[in-house]
Formats: sequence, structure tokens, C-alpha cells
Amino acid sequence: MAISNEAFVLGCSAIGAGAAMIAGIGPGIGEGYAVGKTIEAIARQPEAQGDCTRTMFIGVAMSESTGIYAFVVALILLFANPFLKKL
Amino acid sequence: MDGPKVSFIIPGTDIAITETLVIGWIIIAAVFLLCLFLTRNLKKIPETKSQVVAEMFVNFVNNMVIGTMGSKFKKFAPYIATLLVYAVLGSLVSMLGLRSMTADLNVTLCWALMTFILITYYKFKTNGFIGYFKSFGKPVGFIAPLNVISEIATPMSMAFRLFGNIAGGMVITSLLYSALGALSRALHVSFTIGSFTLDVASLFVPAVLSIYFDLFAGCVQAYIFSMLTMVYVSSATE
Repeated sequence: MAISNEAFVLGCSAIGAGAAMIAGIGPGIGEGYAVGKTIEAIARQPEAQGDCTRTMFIGVAMSESTGIYAFVVALILLFANPFLKKL
Repeated sequence: MDGPKVSFIIPGTDIAITETLVIGWIIIAAVFLLCLFLTRNLKKIPETKSQVVAEMFVNFVNNMVIGTMGSKFKKFAPYIATLLVYAVLGSLVSMLGLRSMTADLNVTLCWALMTFILITYYKFKTNGFIGYFKSFGKPVGFIAPLNVISEIATPMSMAFRLFGNIAGGMVITSLLYSALGALSRALHVSFTIGSFTLDVASLFVPAVLSIYFDLFAGCVQAYIFSMLTMVYVSSATE
């Protein structure tokens, strides 16, 4: 069965989108470390809970960016495919 | 998943008003009415519940702004409160079955650009016109391109973070709904009455995910967005 050019590009884009989301591993591990260390800090010094939690949220948001970039790449590949226009 | 639908087109022009904008207007009206309702009959010693709630929220934002930015930035509290309320409600409208306002890059990019303008304004104010451009050459001159990129990356990452979290939740929820719909059709527990389809499998499972993706992610990301705005603006004055 012959595959049309369009179908080939779409299929490769879907694989690419899936491969891009492997980047989700990184922020997952990083956020886990950040939250774990925050819990350690709170357990050691419970009165600093507010400060610790606030700083943790900023840190978690920062380390999440890489995952979000990967997600944006996947979204572009799936819903606004730039390669289809080049056929 | 599609982009926001076009609600109507302004007659005579080709400016399209999307669903996002209309939902934004509804939220503005709702917040306006809520403020009117909460601040009726204010007393020096609060007697009504609505005044206690309003004071709690105002105190929360004031303490947050003073705690992160210092007391000289107390004038920022209304702006931060606006961002917070607008972002929280903009994400939570998805609980009503509407499209989240923040799942549109135009909205979040606009907010991030406002933050970027504030950052640049305060950098100009503290360093002066020449000092602002000189600050890119620190600590060594040849690193300037990297500093320019990181300056641009600030609003981009803020916009994509809020957009990505809410849109990601939306994509996962819609994937789950279509998967559960297919499952109910395979198990023959999908009933169609007229144009309304009831999938038995998708009755209870999505509620658990909805708590995380709509409620938790919406509130946390709104908090983080306003928090980052405060951190960046206050660090621009150093």
C-alpha cells in the first residue's frame, strides 16, 4: 500500500510529538526533589512552613518550564503542523 | 482539540471576537458584581460575613505583596489582586463546561507582556537609560547576547507556563473523555437520546482528574503567575 506524502508527514509528526513529551521525565524528577527537600526543611523547622512553601512553588514553577516547552512543541506538531505547508 | 471558537465578528470590520474574550467579559462583570456585593455597608468592626471575606482576601494579597516585594511596593497590591482573581476565575470557568480563558495563548502572552513592560520600566527607572543597556554587558561584555535572550525568555516562559498547564489539562481531559466514550460504546453502555449522548463509563472517572487539572492546577498556576510577577518586578529595582 502506498502512503501519501501527507499521511507520512502526519504520522512522523505524531511520533515526534510523542518523543517530545519524553522531556516530561526531567521536570518530574526535579520537582520531586524540590518538594522532598521542602518537606525535610519543614519537618526540621515547622515554623518556617510559609516561607518554605512559597519558595518551593517558585522553584517548582521554574523547573516546570522545560516540560512546558516540550509540551508546546508537541502541541505545535499536533495542531499547527508547520511541515504540512512545505509539501 | 480546537482553538477558541469565533463568537461573532464586529460588523463592518473583520475583527473576530473569540469565545475567550466573551468569557473574559463575563468574568469581569461577575467580579464587578461580586465586589459591589462584598463591599456593601462596610463597618469599622465587621458585622457581616461578606465584609469578613472581603477583608480576608485584601489582607491576603497585601501580606503577599509586602512579604515578597517589601512595603515600598504596596501600591502593587491592586494589580496583583486583579491578576490573581482574573487568572483563577479564568481557569475555573472550565468547571462550568466553558472553555478556560487562560487556555488561549493570546491572554497569557498579553499578561506576560504587561509584566515585561513593568520590569523594563523599573529597570529604566533604577539604572537610567544608559545603565539599562550597560546592564546587559554584565558580568563580561561578550555574554550580552545571552542576557538579551534571557530577558526575552522571561515573558515567554511566564506566558507558556500558564497556557501550557491549563491547555495541557484540557487536552488530557478531552483525550480521557473520548477514550471513555469509546469504552462505553464497546461495552454497549452508551445511550443516545436525540442529540444528547450518555456514556456511562465517563460519568465518574473524569471528576477525579478534573479536581487536579482544573481546580488545583488553575489555582496554583494563577498564584505562581502573580508570584513571579512580583519577584521579577522587585528584582528589577535592585
